[in-house]
Amino acid sequence: MPMIEFKSVSKWYGSFQVLKDCTTKVEKGEVVVVCGPSGSGKSTLIKCVNALEPFQQGEIVVNGQSVGDKATNLPQLRSKIGMVFQHFELFPHMTVIENLNLAQVKVLGRGTEEATEKSRMLLKRVGMIDHAPKFPGQLSGGQQQRVAIARGLAMDPIAMLFDEPTSALDPEMINEVLDVMVELAHEGMTMMCVTHEMGFARKVAHRVIFMDRGEIVEDATKDEFFGTPRSERAQLFLSKILQH
Amino acid sequence: MNFDISIITNSLPYLWKGFQYTLELTVISAAGGLFFGTLLALARLSSIKGLQMTAAGYVNLMRSIPLVLVIFWFFFLVPLILQAITGAERPPQVGAERTAIITFIMFEAAYFCEIMRAGIQSIPRGQIHSSYALGLNYSQTMRLVILPQAFRNMLPVLLTQTIILFQDTSLVYVISATDFVGAAAKIAQRDSKLVEMYLFVALVYFILCFSLSLAVKQLQQKIAVIR
Amino acid sequence: MNYNWNWGVFFQETPDGGTFYWEMLVSGLGWTLAVSVVAWLIAMTVGAVVGTMRTLDGKAPVLFGHAWVELFRNIPLLVQMFLWYFVIPEFVPPLKHWMVNTEPVFAQFLSAVLCLGLFTSARIAEQVRAGIQSLPRGQRLAGSALGLTTWQSYRHVLLPMAFRIIIPPLTSETMNLIKNSSIALTIGLAELTFRARELGEYTFSFFEAFTAATLVYVVIAMSANRVMAHVERRVAVPGLIAAGGGGH
Repeated sequence: MPMIEFKSVSKWYGSFQVLKDCTTKVEKGEVVVVCGPSGSGKSTLIKCVNALEPFQQGEIVVNGQSVGDKATNLPQLRSKIGMVFQHFELFPHMTVIENLNLAQVKVLGRGTEEATEKSRMLLKRVGMIDHAPKFPGQLSGGQQQRVAIARGLAMDPIAMLFDEPTSALDPEMINEVLDVMVELAHEGMTMMCVTHEMGFARKVAHRVIFMDRGEIVEDATKDEFFGTPRSERAQLFLSKILQH
Repeated sequence: MNFDISIITNSLPYLWKGFQYTLELTVISAAGGLFFGTLLALARLSSIKGLQMTAAGYVNLMRSIPLVLVIFWFFFLVPLILQAITGAERPPQVGAERTAIITFIMFEAAYFCEIMRAGIQSIPRGQIHSSYALGLNYSQTMRLVILPQAFRNMLPVLLTQTIILFQDTSLVYVISATDFVGAAAKIAQRDSKLVEMYLFVALVYFILCFSLSLAVKQLQQKIAVIR
Repeated sequence: MNYNWNWGVFFQETPDGGTFYWEMLVSGLGWTLAVSVVAWLIAMTVGAVVGTMRTLDGKAPVLFGHAWVELFRNIPLLVQMFLWYFVIPEFVPPLKHWMVNTEPVFAQFLSAVLCLGLFTSARIAEQVRAGIQSLPRGQRLAGSALGLTTWQSYRHVLLPMAFRIIIPPLTSETMNLIKNSSIALTIGLAELTFRARELGEYTFSFFEAFTAATLVYVVIAMSANRVMAHVERRVAVPGLIAAGGGGH
């Protein structure tokens, strides 16, 4: 059973179709990179996985549970999938450690002590333990994003979603975040990453999905994708992105 | 014209009692108004059409009629409503002071609602997304993530509104409640010392409101730096 | 609820005969509008002047403008009403003489108009200042570069744009003024809210009387909104989103 399975997912904003009949899947332990030009629907696709965006047609099944099903307990489902956002979205009125503790205590029902222990362990892992008592506003973008990854991991997720985790970062901070993600991939975490970092894709991805205008144009293994992209659109995109 | 300062010093205990009621009315109304105003704001921003429209209707109605008329409305309605709730034979005697508290809570709720609504809308959508992504439900997301930020961002505006409320409570004069102005007016009329009493009242209000608004301005700058 | 509904009350004759109760409300509405219009004119004129002063280069006008705004903003309007009606005439003997000898309603009207006009002027001054300061600095420099005097720059360049920008807040200040005019009932002026309460006391039809007054205020608020929206469209400068033009 795949960890995440998309079955003919379509989504409209009013009369504008942002997702067209998308079908793909992410197996357990697999790292899938989703790329494509801006406005291609890749962020929308990944946000459908934990129902941050509703979709009108098709089905998404996560770990055996249908996301669009009214009977599905969304908070419970979401708590099992970590998500990292482009703009970090740490809670600015809470310290780093409080950011990590919040959902552990309120959603998973862990005691504060247990949660803090877990949080400290993860902060150590992303190299942010010294910043535990600081507020997000006192950290650099790269530091904030590493905390955000730790916050997602604190829930012991079965999969992690990354929505352009490095595109709001200054160039010199991109690697510190990618390093954490690479390490995570090597540990066998199931990951779905929307990103333009093709170096990251080459290094750890198992599969690459290329989207354009709401459609999944390419869905191939890493070697296939970088070796011989079959579509013109993907070729064009790659040539543009690899120039720099 | 002789300025008789002794009338003020002699009536200080009575004025102080009135002033205490003014403070009580302000604090309770601000707290209650903020509570109900926040609920109204959430209702206005909810996706349930009926809730949204009811809240908007209430807020717009309260904001388009004069406070004096609102005070008269509640002074007339509160006993009747309490009678209907309790099933008593006659409308209960509530008293101007207690009616005024209910009135101001309900009236200020409309104004605090609009402030909190602006505050909630100023929080980036990503904050809601990241809360949901962590598995928090709607009420947890609002209580733990969105409202604390909205409240902090809007604190200067909320305090400024409270200073306005502090001044507006003087209008309970129209239902003869004995607040600070009411106490001063009663003495002024009894002893024909209107000039002294009203100048004194104006001075006290001015000093308090001016210093409070300066404090709010400083707080605002402090918050601006943190952000 | 034990309440005797009597919506026909408005068409009953008053005890003193000859007039109907609805006419009481109409006369009240007349005073509400009269006070509001005159006070609005004072508020706009004084507000424009004081607001402008706060943006001048000199220290004295800025300080004066600041003091003006703080003075009116930090004393409850009710207390200001009492000051204008009971206290200030004591310091101005000719005014006191006139107020004692004229019809009470004229004395009440004058006090109410001065009180509301100057109170609102302080609030409008703040908006005017904000409007002028929101204009690009280059506008003022361009005016000077063309050889305009300070007065001419304000008159022809800065104020016309500033007033366009602040139409929305001016609308809400106008509505506040109309609502605040009800406070004149505390010095005995028989405006709309005064009359509604009076009608209630005469007939015990409080609910009907207050409902009628509420409806009238709501209608006034909605019309004021319409009028100002119309003005905003009429004076909108093409190409400027801030000046309206259907931007939002």
